[in-house]
Amino acid sequence: MFKYLEPNKIFSITSKAPKYVFIVFIVVLTIGLLESLVLSPEDYKQSHSVRIMYVHVPAAWITLGIFSTITLLSIIGYIFKFKNFFLISKSLAPSGFIFNIIALVTGSIWGKPTWGTWWAWDARITSMLILLMFYGLYLLAWRIYQDREQVFKITSMITILGIINVPIIKYSVDWWNTLHQPASINILSKSSIHSSMLFPLLIMTAAFALFSLLIFLMKYNTELIKIKNKGLDRL
Amino acid sequence: MINELINMNGYGIYVWSAFIFTLLNFILLYAVIKIQYAKEKKKFITKFGSLTSEKASFAKSQSINREILSNISNI
Repeated sequence: MFKYLEPNKIFSITSKAPKYVFIVFIVVLTIGLLESLVLSPEDYKQSHSVRIMYVHVPAAWITLGIFSTITLLSIIGYIFKFKNFFLISKSLAPSGFIFNIIALVTGSIWGKPTWGTWWAWDARITSMLILLMFYGLYLLAWRIYQDREQVFKITSMITILGIINVPIIKYSVDWWNTLHQPASINILSKSSIHSSMLFPLLIMTAAFALFSLLIFLMKYNTELIKIKNKGLDRL
Repeated sequence: MINELINMNGYGIYVWSAFIFTLLNFILLYAVIKIQYAKEKKKFITKFGSLTSEKASFAKSQSINREILSNISNI
């Protein structure tokens, strides 16, 4: 099955896809912004500050999703020696890193009107900051190490250590007394968020996911060309 | 209507700064990745151009190289 994922076979798709993904992303983002800034209602307690949720929550979801994916791909890639999985992981990391920053900064902006402070060393916020450090280490490792085997090993270790932090982020609001509110959306049980707010939240999540896909495709194509450049040097 | 949208009961400064920060990050990341892509592509074309005809035809025998050359302005 893995042979169908070989760069030579999928480049014809990944090189053409970005322009279509870009168009869909712009359309979905426009709808999302209209919904979240204009059409969705204000909260009875938080008033209009609740609108920050429409950028903060999707960013947090996606950064966690990307880190989990990177870890899974790195482990599988390391066990089965499937190098393309490392290339996919490397290409996913920049958008995961940026979404982590967005989640932290927009959370901080939201914290000021709701908690009265920009920052607190709260379990959720601190564990998100630790995740950002793991993203930073992961990206740095790709820059520092030139030897492929070594970089595969180091980045896999970073992701395995970092993934321990992901359930801590998820359950930090249940395990400890935190300023951060518990989850309002549950897949397994009834969500406490009204559909008028859930809809824009899902649209914005889709827009952010499309942006991640766009960046991933562009980065993946760049990495492939980089490899081919090295190949031309060897000719 | 417009004033209400901007002020948002006094929360406008927080809401707009969060959205603007997000969009600026999107633009910045997109620009950085696009520049990296253009740079690598340019490097590839230069290197390909400097190959001897024998080496160039060998390189062209690889489908991915043909794809790169045919998708020069795709992103």
